[in-house]
Amino acid sequence: MTSNAFIAFQTNDVTRSIVEAIVEDNPGAIVVEQPAMVKIDVPDRLVIRRTSVEEKLGRDFDLQELQLHLITISGHLDETDDEFTLSWNS
Amino acid sequence: MSMDLRTISITPLRQTFGHLARRMGADKPATRYMEATMDLQPVENYHYRPTWEPQYEIFDARRTRIVMHDWYALKDPRQYYYGPWTLARGRMGETAGGDFDLVDELGLAAAYPAEGRDLALRVLLPLRHVAWASNINNAYVSAYGYGIAITQAACYASMDQLGVAQYVTRLAIAFDDLESLASAKSAWLEGREWQELRHFVEDLMVEHDWFALLVAQDFVIDGLLYPLLYERFNDKLNAAYGPVFSMLTRFQREWAGETAKWIDSVLKVAAGESPENKAQLAVWINDFRERTVKALTPIATIAFGDKATAMLDEVILQLNTRAAKAGIPL
Amino acid sequence: MDMKTSKKLGLKERYTMMTRDLAWDTTYQPMDKVFPQVGYEGIKIHDWDKWEDPFRLTMDAYWKYQAEKERKLYAILDAFNQNNGHLSVTDGRYINVLKLFLGSTPPLELMAARGFSMVGRQMVGAGPRVACQMQAVDEYRHFQTQIHSISNYNKFYNGMDEFAHQQSRMWYLSDGKSFFDDAITAGPFEFMVAIGFAFEYVLTNILFVPFISGAAYNGDMAAMTVGFSAQSDEARHMTLGLECIKFMLEQDPDNLAIVQRWIDKWTWRGTRKLASVGMMMDYMLPKRIMSFKEAWEIYFEQNGAALFTDLARYGVTIPKCFAQTVEEKEHVTHQSWLGFYMKPESTPFHTWIPGPDELDWLSEKYPNTFDKYYRPMYEYLDAQEKAGNRFNNKTQPMNCQVCVNTIKYNEPGDPMEMCFRETVYQGEKFHFCSGHCQEIFEDEPEKYIQTYISSHQALQGNCAPEGVDTHAPDFNPGSHIADYWRLDPRATGDFNGSEDQKNFAAWRDLATKN
Repeated sequence: MTSNAFIAFQTNDVTRSIVEAIVEDNPGAIVVEQPAMVKIDVPDRLVIRRTSVEEKLGRDFDLQELQLHLITISGHLDETDDEFTLSWNS
Repeated sequence: MSMDLRTISITPLRQTFGHLARRMGADKPATRYMEATMDLQPVENYHYRPTWEPQYEIFDARRTRIVMHDWYALKDPRQYYYGPWTLARGRMGETAGGDFDLVDELGLAAAYPAEGRDLALRVLLPLRHVAWASNINNAYVSAYGYGIAITQAACYASMDQLGVAQYVTRLAIAFDDLESLASAKSAWLEGREWQELRHFVEDLMVEHDWFALLVAQDFVIDGLLYPLLYERFNDKLNAAYGPVFSMLTRFQREWAGETAKWIDSVLKVAAGESPENKAQLAVWINDFRERTVKALTPIATIAFGDKATAMLDEVILQLNTRAAKAGIPL
Repeated sequence: MDMKTSKKLGLKERYTMMTRDLAWDTTYQPMDKVFPQVGYEGIKIHDWDKWEDPFRLTMDAYWKYQAEKERKLYAILDAFNQNNGHLSVTDGRYINVLKLFLGSTPPLELMAARGFSMVGRQMVGAGPRVACQMQAVDEYRHFQTQIHSISNYNKFYNGMDEFAHQQSRMWYLSDGKSFFDDAITAGPFEFMVAIGFAFEYVLTNILFVPFISGAAYNGDMAAMTVGFSAQSDEARHMTLGLECIKFMLEQDPDNLAIVQRWIDKWTWRGTRKLASVGMMMDYMLPKRIMSFKEAWEIYFEQNGAALFTDLARYGVTIPKCFAQTVEEKEHVTHQSWLGFYMKPESTPFHTWIPGPDELDWLSEKYPNTFDKYYRPMYEYLDAQEKAGNRFNNKTQPMNCQVCVNTIKYNEPGDPMEMCFRETVYQGEKFHFCSGHCQEIFEDEPEKYIQTYISSHQALQGNCAPEGVDTHAPDFNPGSHIADYWRLDPRATGDFNGSEDQKNFAAWRDLATKN
C-alpha cells in the first residue's frame, strides 16, 4: 500500500519558491491550496533539496529556515545540511 | 462593503482578565508579562495524584521548604515571557555569531599564542559540563516549582545554560581542536582538579527541594564561577595574550549580568516574606558557598597561580554583598 | 579518527557534540537516583545512545528562528488590535469559537509545558532530554501567544475574562483537564506516548490545521497568525513523538505490549477530547472550510493509516478504537453542539440553532446521518425556541468516570441508543461513556476512582464560592454553582439577543455608516 508523506506551509513569498522546488524534485507531488496554507502530498517519499530551493529563491538557504514556515508534516524525518526528507518505510 | 475600522473609537467593556483585575486592584490594562504569567498554573481540583510521587499533588507548594503566601510575588524583573526572552537571546546570539565569524575570518584563533590557548581551553572547556548540570537542575525547577512566575524563568534559565554549554563547545571548534573537548571531558570525569565540582553538581541532581537548586545553581555557583572565570580569568587572558577569548565568551558575560538581576530579586522577595525563609536561605547560601569555593579552588589555582586565593576572596565578597542587598545576612 | 576537521562537521556530528557529548554518567550519585522515574513503568531501555535526534537545532539557531517568528507574530497582533480587527471577522458568532478555545487550549498548553519539563528532567538520554526541554519552552510560547491574541477580544466581548479561574472548575473543561492530569501523573514514557505521540502526532493536526485555516477564512488574522506560528513548532514536536515510539519499540520486544496499550488508550482519550474541536468546525465557524468528518478522514484516517502501516514492522497494530472513531465522525459534533445548546445557563459562550443554509451545508457534508437524526431535532428545538419555549436542561449530567465527558454518545452501530457502561469496583458503581473508557478504568482502577467529577462534587457541596458556608442548614448546593464558576450571565445562553450581538452590530455600523 502506498502512503503519502506530506508537508504544509503558510503561504508567503518564500514558501512559493519552496513549493516550486518540491514540485520539480518530486514527481507525483499533489499541491492543495487552502486559506492561508498550502499542503503538498507525495507518495512514499518527499524530499526538499537545499540547492533547488536556493535556485528558486536566488539566495543561500539553510534548510533549518523551514522552521519559520512549517505547519505540519507526515512521515519519518531525516535532516542533513543538503536534504530534508519525509518518508514511510513500508 | 468598505470599512474603515481604524477611525472608530469604541469603549472597551473591560481592560483585562478577571484574575489580573483582582490582583492589580483596579480595572486597568495588564502588561503582556502579567497576562502571560499570573495565576495560570492550576491550584485545585486535580483529577489524579502523580504515580511517581503519590505523596504530592501534581503541583504542590510543599516541594520546597520556602513558604510564600503568593508564589506570583517571585516576579521576573526582566519581565521575560517567551517573546522578549527569545528576542533577547536572538540578539545576543547574533552578536556572538558575528564574533565567532570574525575570529574565523581574521585567523585570530590560529594566531593566538599556544600557551594561552592551552591554559584557556583547559580552564574553560570543562565548563560546558558545569552548564549542562545547571541545565538539568534548572529543568527540575521548571518541572516541579510552584507558580508560573518561577517555573517559566527557570525554564528559560535551563535553555540558557544549554546555550552556554554550546557556546563553550564552540571554543574548541573555533580553535579547530576537537581533541581538546575529549581531554576536557576526561578532566571533568577523572582529573582531580574538577572532582569537587562534579561531586557537588551531582549531589544537586538528587536534591529534592527545588528552591535549594535555584540558590545553589543560579545564585551561588554561577555567582562565584562567572566573576571568577568569565571575568577575572578572561581579563588575565586579555592582558597576557590579546582579547580573542573576550570575544568568544561575550555571551556568557552578558547573560550572567542579566540573570543575576533576576535571581537576586527572587531571593530578596523570598527572604522578605518571613524570618523562616530568610534563615533557610542563609543556611543554603553558606553551605553551598563553602562547597563551591572548595570546588573552585583547584581550578582557580590553574587559572591564577599564586593569585588564586586573592581572586576567590574577591568573588566571595561580591557574592556576600549581593546576599546582603537581598536582605540575607550571612 | 581524525579529530582535526572540526570546521567540516556535518549537521549530525555537530549536533551530537553540542548535546549528548555534554552528558556523562554520574558516579558520585548513582544514575538510578539521578533519574528515578524511567524504570517503574516497565519500559526497558538498553542503550540510550541509539536515540535518533529528530530536528537538530542548537540553541543559537533556535533563538534566531524563534525570535523571527515572535517578531512577526506580535507585529501582526499589534496591527490587528490597533485597527479594531475584531470587527473584521465574518460574523459576531465567530467570537464564541475564541471563548471555547481560550478556556480549553492555553491551560492545556501550560500543562504540556510543565509535563515536558518533567520528562525533560527525567529522561536518561541527553538526546530525548534536550528535545523534551525544547518542547517545554515552546509550550510556554503557545499558551502565552494564545492568551495575548485573545486578550484584545476580551476587552470587548463577554465570557473570556474568567478563563484562568474556570480552568479547574468549569464542568465542560474537565475533560481536557482530566486528559492532561492523567498524562502528567503517568510515568515519563507514558506521557510521551500520550502527548508526544497520540496527541501531537496523531491528533493535533485536526485541532490546528483545519481550525486555524478556518480562522483565517473568517477574517481572524490574530488567531490565524498565532495558530500557524504555533504549528511551525508542532512539526518538531510531532517528530519527537514518533521518534520516541520507534525508540521504545526498537529497544526491547517486551516494550511492544505496554506501548500498544498506551496507544490504544491515548488515541481514544484524544478522540473524545477532540469532539469539541469538531463542533467548532461544523457549528461555530460562520464560514466553513471543511467539515470535521473531512478533516478526520484526511488527518486521522489517511495519515493514521500511513503511520500505522509503517509501524506494523514493529508489531504495532492500529488503535483499537479506530473503527469506532470512523463511525462516530458522523455523529459526535452534532451530539456535542446539541448538548451545549441544551444547557444555556452553564457555559460562558453562546449557542444558536444553525441557520437554514447552515443546516443545508450539514446535510450535504453528513449525508448518512444529518437529515436522518439531527436535522429533525434542530427543527424541533427551533420551533420550540420561536414559540417561547426554549429548551433548558437543568439537571446535573451523568459523566464518564474516565474521560469525564457527559454521557451522551451513541451505542456503536445504533445511533438511536445512548451508549452506557458500568463497572462495580470495591462495592461502588462507576459509569462510562463507552467500552473503551470502561477498559481504561479496568486496567488502572486505583487511578480512575480518583477522577474529579464536577457534577458529583457540586451535589456534595464542594463547589461553593469562597465565603459560603456549606454547612449552613439552608445551603443549597446547586444555587452557588454559577458563582463558583464566576460565570457572567451576559455570556450565557443564546447568541440572539445577547450583548455581544448588539455590540458587534452597533460597532460595525459605526465603521460602515456616517
